[in-house]
Formats: sequence, C-alpha cells, structure tokens
Amino acid sequence: MTEEAPKKLVELRDLQLYFNQGKANEVRAIDHVSFDIYEGEIFGLVGESGSGKTTIGRTILKIYEQTAGDILFQGKDVTHLKGKQLAEFRKDAQMIFQDPQASLNGRMKVRDIIAEGIDVNKLASSKAERDQKVQELLDLVGLNKDHATRYPHEFSGGQRQRIGIARALAVDPKFIIADEPISALDVSIQAQVVNLMKELQKKHSLTYLFIAHDLSMVKYISDRIGVMHWGKLLEIGSADAVYNHPLHPYTKSLLSAIPVPDPEVEKARQHLEYDTSIETDGKTREMIEVNPGHFVLATPEEAAQYQAQQV
Amino acid sequence: MAANTEDFVIVGAQSSDANEHISKPALSFWQDAWRRLKLNKLAVISMWFLIFILAFAVVSNIFVPQKAANAFNSDKVGVYKNLPPNSGLPIPGWDGKIKAPGDTTVTDVYASQGVPDGERFILGTDNIGRSVAKRVIVGLRISLLVAIVATLIDLVIGVAYGVFSGWKGGWVDNVMQRIIEILSSIPNLIIVTMLGLLLGSGILSIILAIAMTGWLSMARQVRNMTLSLKERDYVLAAKTLGESSSKIAVKHLIPNMAGTIIVQIMMTVPSAIMFEAVLSAINLGVKPPTASLGSLISDAQAMLQFYPYQVLIPSAMLVLISLAFILLGDGLRDAFDPRASED
Repeated sequence: MTEEAPKKLVELRDLQLYFNQGKANEVRAIDHVSFDIYEGEIFGLVGESGSGKTTIGRTILKIYEQTAGDILFQGKDVTHLKGKQLAEFRKDAQMIFQDPQASLNGRMKVRDIIAEGIDVNKLASSKAERDQKVQELLDLVGLNKDHATRYPHEFSGGQRQRIGIARALAVDPKFIIADEPISALDVSIQAQVVNLMKELQKKHSLTYLFIAHDLSMVKYISDRIGVMHWGKLLEIGSADAVYNHPLHPYTKSLLSAIPVPDPEVEKARQHLEYDTSIETDGKTREMIEVNPGHFVLATPEEAAQYQAQQV
Repeated sequence: MAANTEDFVIVGAQSSDANEHISKPALSFWQDAWRRLKLNKLAVISMWFLIFILAFAVVSNIFVPQKAANAFNSDKVGVYKNLPPNSGLPIPGWDGKIKAPGDTTVTDVYASQGVPDGERFILGTDNIGRSVAKRVIVGLRISLLVAIVATLIDLVIGVAYGVFSGWKGGWVDNVMQRIIEILSSIPNLIIVTMLGLLLGSGILSIILAIAMTGWLSMARQVRNMTLSLKERDYVLAAKTLGESSSKIAVKHLIPNMAGTIIVQIMMTVPSAIMFEAVLSAINLGVKPPTASLGSLISDAQAMLQFYPYQVLIPSAMLVLISLAFILLGDGLRDAFDPRASED
C-alpha cells in the first residue's frame, strides 16, 4: 500500500516533548521522533506502557504542546494553528480513546455525545438534520436507533467503543488516531471493533494511527509499524518486515514475548531479554534505512551489523 | 504464526438487533438519583419539610407582614405579656396554663391577666405582648433569606471561581488559590464587625459577610473536581472536537460535579443560618424590633426559667431547619455517589 500511495498525510519532524524541562524530574516523553503517515494507510505504533505512544497521538492533535519539532498535516504545519484554521484541522483529525467508559460523558445522551462535533462545527442546520446525521452514524457503527436516547452506562464496552468511533466520525475526518482502542475491551469484542475500524477505513478512505501494545493485533490491522521505547522511535517498517524480520533488539524482545496459542510451541518459546544499554551508552544514533522502507535507530556500525545479520 | 487475517471471523458489528437491544428503561442521571433518594425516608421527609417551610415562608409574607410582628399595644402590655401557648384544646402544656416555678398549682394565665375571651396565641406571646408565632414566622423568613443568598453566592461565585481556577491551572490557579487562602484566614466575626461599623448592623451586613466568605469552600471543592475532571478522556474528546472552554465547563465539567455541588450547598446552608443566628444573638445581626430566630433566642434566654417556650420554639425551628438540610444533603450525597451507582 505504501508504494502505491506515496502521498504523505501526516509528517512528524524531529518531534520532542519534554515535561518539566530543565528540572531534575525532566521526562523526555517524545525524544526526537520523526515519521510519516501516508494517506490511506494504517500506521501501527507499538511499545511498552509509558513509551510515549499516547503522548505522540495527543501531541499530533494539539492536546499537548510540543517542546520542539514540527507536525505537518497535508503538507501544512499545524503546530501553530489558531482560530478558524485550527477548527478546520480538528475536523480532519480525530481520536478514538482507550477507555470507552472514561471517554463518554455519563451525563449526556448518546445522541448528544455523537452530535457534539456536529454542533461545534455547525454541520447541521436544523434539529431534524442533526438527528438524521446521528442516525446515520449509529447505523454505520451497528447500533440501533433507539440507542440515541440512552446513556453511556447502559451499554457494554464494545458498544461504548463504537459510540466513541461514531463521535469521531461525526465530523467526517480524514485521519483518526486510535489510542489503544481495544486494550480496554475483552478479547471477544476486540475483533468486533477492529473489524469495524477496518471496514470504516475502506468506506471512508480513512488514515489511522493505531496505537497499541498488542503486537499481534497491530500486525493484523497495520500496513506499517513503528516501535517505540522510552520516547524514542526504534524501528519503522512494513508490518511484515517488522514482524517477521525484526532488526532492533527491543523489537525482537517484544516479539518473543507474544504468547502462542499452541502448547507445544509455547513451551519452547523463549523470551529474549532486552539489554537497555543499547540506548543508554550515549552514542548518537540515527534512523538508518537498512532495507527499503525499513528503518532502525542505530549507529552506522550497528546498521552494518543489522544488515549483515539478515543475510 | 499467531495472527493471520483468515483466523478472524466477524462476530460483532453485524450481529442481530436482539443482541444490541437494551430492555431496561432509559434513565437519566437525575432520574436515577431521584430513584435512589426516594429510598432514603429521612431525606425525603426532610425534603418535603423544607419545601413546606419555604412555601410557607413565601406565602406568609401576605398574612404576616413584618410590621404586624413588631407592633404591640403599649397600653395593654400587662394584659398580653408572657402568655403561654394556647391551642384552645385541653392539651397539657398547650392550653394556656402554666406552672410558675415555686408554685404548686397551675394557673390559667389568660384568665388571670384578663385576656378577652376567645383570644388565643397558639405559640404564646413575649414579654411585651407580641405573638411569638408571628415573630418566629418573620425570623424564619430572615433565616431562609440568608440560606437562599448563601446558596446563590455558592452557586454563582463559588462554582465559577473554582471552575475557572482549576481549568486555567498554572500561575492563574496559584494566584486564585492564594486569594482564597487570604480571605479564609480572616475571621468572619471581624468582617461582620467591620461591615457593621460601615453599614450599621443589619441583614445587609450579614449577607455581605456571607458573600465575602461563604463561597470559599465551594470554590476549593469545585477547583479540585475540575482538576481531576479536566484530564478525563471525554473532556479531551471535546477538546479535539474543538469545543470552546466555556462550553466544556457547562456541558462536561459542571454536570459531572453536580453531586458535589449540591451536597456542598446542603452543608453551607445550615452553617449560614447558624451564622446569622449567632450574629443576631450577640447583637451584631438584625436590629430590633426586627425578629430573627437568633435574636428571639437571645431576647428570651433571660426568662428561660419562667417562660421556657419563648426560647424553645425558635430554637426548635432553627434545629429542625438545619437538621433537615443536613439530612437531605446526606441523602443527596448517597444518591449522587458515582461509586454506588456503578451497577
């Protein structure tokens, strides 16, 4: 997909976000991260908890203000948008949240939750049109029309997540950041939501940034995968390349941690410990393209090593 | 190996209507809270009592004007003074008879003082012959006025200040919280005394004193709630949709702390009523001849041994109202408690 649609939708250039900058408790939540998301693709971002995946998503949507670096959306810098242009950008980029319980306001009816974006951007001229749109969105995510007058606490986790998806779709966005949309759902519901997202992507030609820590699910849904650790992006490549031919030791360690639903194989599975010294030794590392489209954070020597390992 | 596209079968999004149907009736947050409040008998009784008292205080304006409660006939003080409560029915203690301390027999005070036949005072009279019932009604009105003013100030200033401070955060929050600390470090009594010097003691200076300090704890509570609520995902979602800050406050923040706000009000109101009563009792409050529950109690306390009803009636009123507010507040807190409402 990457090859056919080389048009970049989102570009992150050397993005940095430090909390408590300059103080003793400085946290480098995002540390010199650059990557592109192409139009129509699903970009998966994986990494352990606290590695900065969610922070990247929120920074793109300008919930957090970055310390340095640029974010380009459709070729335009969105980091300093104000007023009307910001509203336009908000219409194009939306978010699906991790916890469907926490992301819906329990005091509002489903209709008003979904219509919030419609109201803010004045997309409906009358109440009838607004109801009509909410109706369409409910249909789209597979919910009944009588659900519109109900409150979020009456729904199951999967249904709530679909309400969250409908809310994000209400403004007809081009780009959706899915921030661990399935990690709060039980496994039987995960497929339901992921398949809905895939289906919607085809129907509405959406682009996703899919943040997760479940590698198998990311592999299933994504076209390309980025691996993060401690605020740094360690490896980017097509889903198959990262999954089947990981280069960075951290990626290898992550992959070795996936349980296999086969007792024989699972028994033999060996978890590879990740040696963090590769990140703390103070050498400068850059993203180096080892294979076409497959980048890894490394010194030139390490890159040569990675290259050699493959053959 | 682990996950192939073929391994997944769509099970959810297209499933049948029956699967998605919710048969439980749609209950809004308020309906749910009301349902739970109804289970608490004491709170419901308190609520009806307060509604009744409020309605009574409003309606009584027509029948018992302030003047009627203050007026007395100076020629007939001897006839009407210190009459005990008389219901007109042979109920002991409420039949116009009283046993004076030291006496062995009860005397019919109405007869001995020569009150014209057929004239009765349900709650008796005070030491210059004014009806205690009328004075309690007027006192009640003042207490409730103070309660309403305290509520309004809590709601308007307290909530707005708290939300703004919490939402802005940073140095704005810092400055605003320090202002609250400075204000709350001044003793209320000093503020009232100063205002009394400036404006003369009266209901206005009491209300101003409450206006200056009554909203502080509400502002703190609301600010704390705002700090935690503003990190919630639904607030972030509203932000990414481009909702303005004021809309977020009205649509997301305040409805979600409605429980806290209401409970806080229920706690502020009795303390405001008590505050007024205490001030009136130490002559910093309403000026005589205007009656308030506090001034009635302090006026009558010298006669406690002889005419206990003159103290007991306004005191009982004060206690009942405060108790009703506290019990209702308790019930509301249980009804709004989100932890209890989870399934």
